[in-house]
Amino acid sequence: MLTTETRQQIIRPYGDTTGDAMIQLSFTLPVPHGPRAEAAALQLAGKMGLDPVSVVHSKPMGPDFTFFILYGRASHLIDYAGIDVPEGREYPLLTPKQVNLAIRTVLNRRLVVVGACIGTDAHTVGIDAILNVKGFAGEKGLEYYREIQVHNLGAQVEVDVLVRRARELNADAVLVSQVVTQKSAHVHNTKQLAAAFAEQDDPRPLLIVGGPRFDTVTAAELGVDRIFGRGTTPGEVAGYLVHALMPSWRPDE
Amino acid sequence: MKLGLDPGTVATARRLAARAAEPIIELARTHTTVSVERAVLRLAGITGADADGTPWVNRIVDAVRDQVGLEHGVALPFFDAYEGGAYERDAYKRDLRDLRFRLPTGAAAEKARQKAGRAVRDGIARIDGNRRDRDKRLAEYGDPPMPWIYLIVATGDIYEDIPQAQAAAREGADVIAVIRSTGQSLLDYVPEGATRQGYAGTYATQENFRLMRAALDDVSAELGRYVRLTNYASGLCMPEIAALAGLERLDMMLNDCMYGIIFRDINPIRTFVDQRFSRQIHARAGIVINTGEDNYLTTADAVDAAHTVIVSQLLNERFGHEAGLADRQLGLGHAFEINPALPDSFRMELAHAQLVRELFPDAPLKYMPPTKHMTGNIFAGYLLDAFFNLAGVMTDQSIILVGMMTEGIHTPWLSDRDLALENVRYVRQAVGSLAEDFRPGPFIVGRARQVLAESVDLLARIADDGLLTAIADGTFGVTRRPPDGGRGLDGVVRKADGYHNPATEILDAHD
Repeated sequence: MLTTETRQQIIRPYGDTTGDAMIQLSFTLPVPHGPRAEAAALQLAGKMGLDPVSVVHSKPMGPDFTFFILYGRASHLIDYAGIDVPEGREYPLLTPKQVNLAIRTVLNRRLVVVGACIGTDAHTVGIDAILNVKGFAGEKGLEYYREIQVHNLGAQVEVDVLVRRARELNADAVLVSQVVTQKSAHVHNTKQLAAAFAEQDDPRPLLIVGGPRFDTVTAAELGVDRIFGRGTTPGEVAGYLVHALMPSWRPDE
Repeated sequence: MKLGLDPGTVATARRLAARAAEPIIELARTHTTVSVERAVLRLAGITGADADGTPWVNRIVDAVRDQVGLEHGVALPFFDAYEGGAYERDAYKRDLRDLRFRLPTGAAAEKARQKAGRAVRDGIARIDGNRRDRDKRLAEYGDPPMPWIYLIVATGDIYEDIPQAQAAAREGADVIAVIRSTGQSLLDYVPEGATRQGYAGTYATQENFRLMRAALDDVSAELGRYVRLTNYASGLCMPEIAALAGLERLDMMLNDCMYGIIFRDINPIRTFVDQRFSRQIHARAGIVINTGEDNYLTTADAVDAAHTVIVSQLLNERFGHEAGLADRQLGLGHAFEINPALPDSFRMELAHAQLVRELFPDAPLKYMPPTKHMTGNIFAGYLLDAFFNLAGVMTDQSIILVGMMTEGIHTPWLSDRDLALENVRYVRQAVGSLAEDFRPGPFIVGRARQVLAESVDLLARIADDGLLTAIADGTFGVTRRPPDGGRGLDGVVRKADGYHNPATEILDAHD
């Protein structure tokens, strides 16, 4: 009898009292401001599971739109015991020295990295932060690593050009940055890239994609090996390169 | 003048900037580019594109380049063929492939020169007419008080942009900027017609310019307030877009001497040649340029790199003056990007903003809101934007780009814009003329003088080593761009003796 009951851990949102389940939300409805608009907002919040709920602020934005802020009690319960712990970084962080040593020891040649922004994306900030010597967040970029040979192809590189260059350069890893997300361009472009590499006969290089808005998809769905999100530092990418391409290597060896 | 800057130091900074700029100006005077030549054709009234969407100006310049080269300019070979043979007006649209170009000499050259001059003068007369039209509207409505509120629309679809821009104007925007599609800066042609699909922005085309200007004229009349329109004269087609902006009465244009080099990896020489011609057109059209120094602080640290902003502003000023821009047309850019976790971060922001204000007292400075330290915590972001607005009003900035609390999350929602304007309105009203009461103490004065001193040191180094070397070394935006790298170098041509450009002949005479 102790089974599921005791293993559950029910939680609700916390306003100022345990179990009050209070949350806030704000949204816009495309209707003129007034009592009818407020009634519509309350109904929407009710359908979202808020009960009781109140509109604490409503403001006309021009003649046709109204902005609302609401507070209400969430009726949904969460069993926290049933929430899996998301996987963290699956590899250790290494110093540039360790990365260089790993490459020298295992590959016995320089590791070749080709980077680009593909499609119409002209935002090179992300790829530059990882590749350029200057780096990001106080960490030097991959160009700084003696044993990594970096080819930064820049912005708006066509997928077939990237595939060809990666092949010519014998790339071990291809890094692609995708900042523009309008109409899910980042997802489409990345899938197109993965498909183009899959068509090749040769074993494909490690495919790594980075950008601020890949949180809704998995690497497997995109057909790449790893996704890096917002705030990723060059060191995290370098550590991953060693982990993925030289899995046998251990820092203490 | 609150900072008590040493006039001798300021004069030294300007003298060094002029010395650093001189070899670049010489480079710009002695070279032309495919885009400069296409801009000449656009001023001469050549419009439209072929069935594949390639503009006729591209087809013509490419054909002239193939057959006779561009070192004498496109005008003489084109107007020679256009006038001399059996080619009625617009015939090039039908059979450009068969058109044979030559470099005319003697009487034929003179005839082509006159024909080209007439056509380009018509285009420049239209730009002059637009300038008078703007002045007339400004006189009729009165100019809004500064700081002007600058808002962005960016849907990708010009027909969605229009109602959003009109709504923003009704909510209080003085300036509307239509963000360009992200791909456009690297296109070596200007797309044609009204466009409905862009990425994170809307393509800059002549028709989109015309549609938006007309829509803002309607809303200006409705509001009794002239609403300015902004776009981007940047990227590989900078000169052509400048020409189109003049022809369609845009009011402000993003136009930086180095932005494309640093942030779009466009070849430095291409950029410097293109920016000079585009600025000559902006000068003539009465367009206010906006420079892009704010961007340096998105890649470099806003405290460590503060002096690179000043150095770039002084260079932009020098290049702008040389191209004929008046101080009131120099919307020099800077930004509120210091890490808010630093102690005294707001005092340092005030020091930087006040320094820029005092170095360029007559320039309509454009102040950009925080982006780098907008973390996704929209509540903290709203507070940071309020401090930005406060700094802007306290230091008398001229154009304030309205910060969005959802910066870095998504393109602004209707409610984001509304809340942002509420923020600006509150600060403006609450602060009033606080600038009059603001007297900086030793911390702000000391910081401003330090940044100026560092700027002078860096300018001295650039003047000695050369600006191209400094750019190659990663001086700006910590990005290295060598003079032979980047896109568009193959579109640069050294002018031969006898090079003829009917537009620069008119624009140079105007200076």
